[in-house]
Amino acid sequence: MRSLNRTDGLRDVLALASAVGVVGASFGALAAAAGIPLALAVGMSLLVFAGGSQFLVVSVVAAGGSPVAAVVAGLLINARHLPFGLAMASVVGRSWPRRLLGAHVLIDESVAFARGRGARAFWTSGVALFVFWNVGTVVGVLGGAAVPDTDAFGIDAAFPAALLALLFPGLRAADARRVGLTAAALALVATPFLPPGLPVLVGLLGLVVAGRAPAAATPPAATPPAGTPDRGPAS
Amino acid sequence: MTWPAVLALAAGTYLLRLSGLVLRDRMTLSPRLERLLDLGATALLVALLATAALTQDGGFAGWARTGGVAVGALAAWRRVPFVVVVVLAAATTAGLRLLGVQ
Repeated sequence: MRSLNRTDGLRDVLALASAVGVVGASFGALAAAAGIPLALAVGMSLLVFAGGSQFLVVSVVAAGGSPVAAVVAGLLINARHLPFGLAMASVVGRSWPRRLLGAHVLIDESVAFARGRGARAFWTSGVALFVFWNVGTVVGVLGGAAVPDTDAFGIDAAFPAALLALLFPGLRAADARRVGLTAAALALVATPFLPPGLPVLVGLLGLVVAGRAPAAATPPAATPPAGTPDRGPAS
Repeated sequence: MTWPAVLALAAGTYLLRLSGLVLRDRMTLSPRLERLLDLGATALLVALLATAALTQDGGFAGWARTGGVAVGALAAWRRVPFVVVVVLAAATTAGLRLLGVQ
């Protein structure tokens, strides 16, 4: 387990936020190219703050699709945030101000970053990601043509690699590894056949291989109740 | 793109996020279900990273991105610092594209 040293944590947050900022710039540039005014593009980044759905909505509309179809597709992509909220409730905090503010910065990156690191990691990363994403958007819209295709910098590889690095420690548990691999396989198989967003949700079906007993790595005090003798093959 | 569309997407997304946080307190869960909830987040995040690493527009994303993520994965496995993982992955993909690999 990586130690939660303050300097390391901040450096990691900045690395993640910088990559997200560059993606934000490419979102801004795409929005400008699609003829979306500055206020609308920045408003979207401030109010929606979910990159995948923002890219999707802009490209659907730019391709001549109806705004209603674009919004429905965007919400479908964001449906995964509901289970994220269920899993992160204790990290975000239980008071209403924390819930109301925390809900807005509950995104893939802050969830991946803060799981296992705690509340301070969640708030630090959430706020930093929000700032970098929005500054990036403004730079992208204003820079417009000056922002080259960010794919040339390999930023599209930085995002999945960052997620992987964040998830790695958690994948040492056998059941997490089993569920993760199954989820990835199912999502990949579903990708050619389903609209964007759904393959990731299909990944939830990976839970069928979770096994019956709580993992040996979870709090040791949890003795299995009588009548559930099977502890899973790995323990 | 119009303001009503942006506001609808923003409101819907926010409600999805908030409802997870609020609903969690209405439920009492056994340790087993708690674990399943945590594994569910893992499943979603791994599915997200796999599709982001390998696919684009319903097809294969190309060897440049895949190669970069693979180098990042190797670095993460060797416990290289997070910053270096991110930079290595991006640099590898950028380098491959510079060489003409798509």
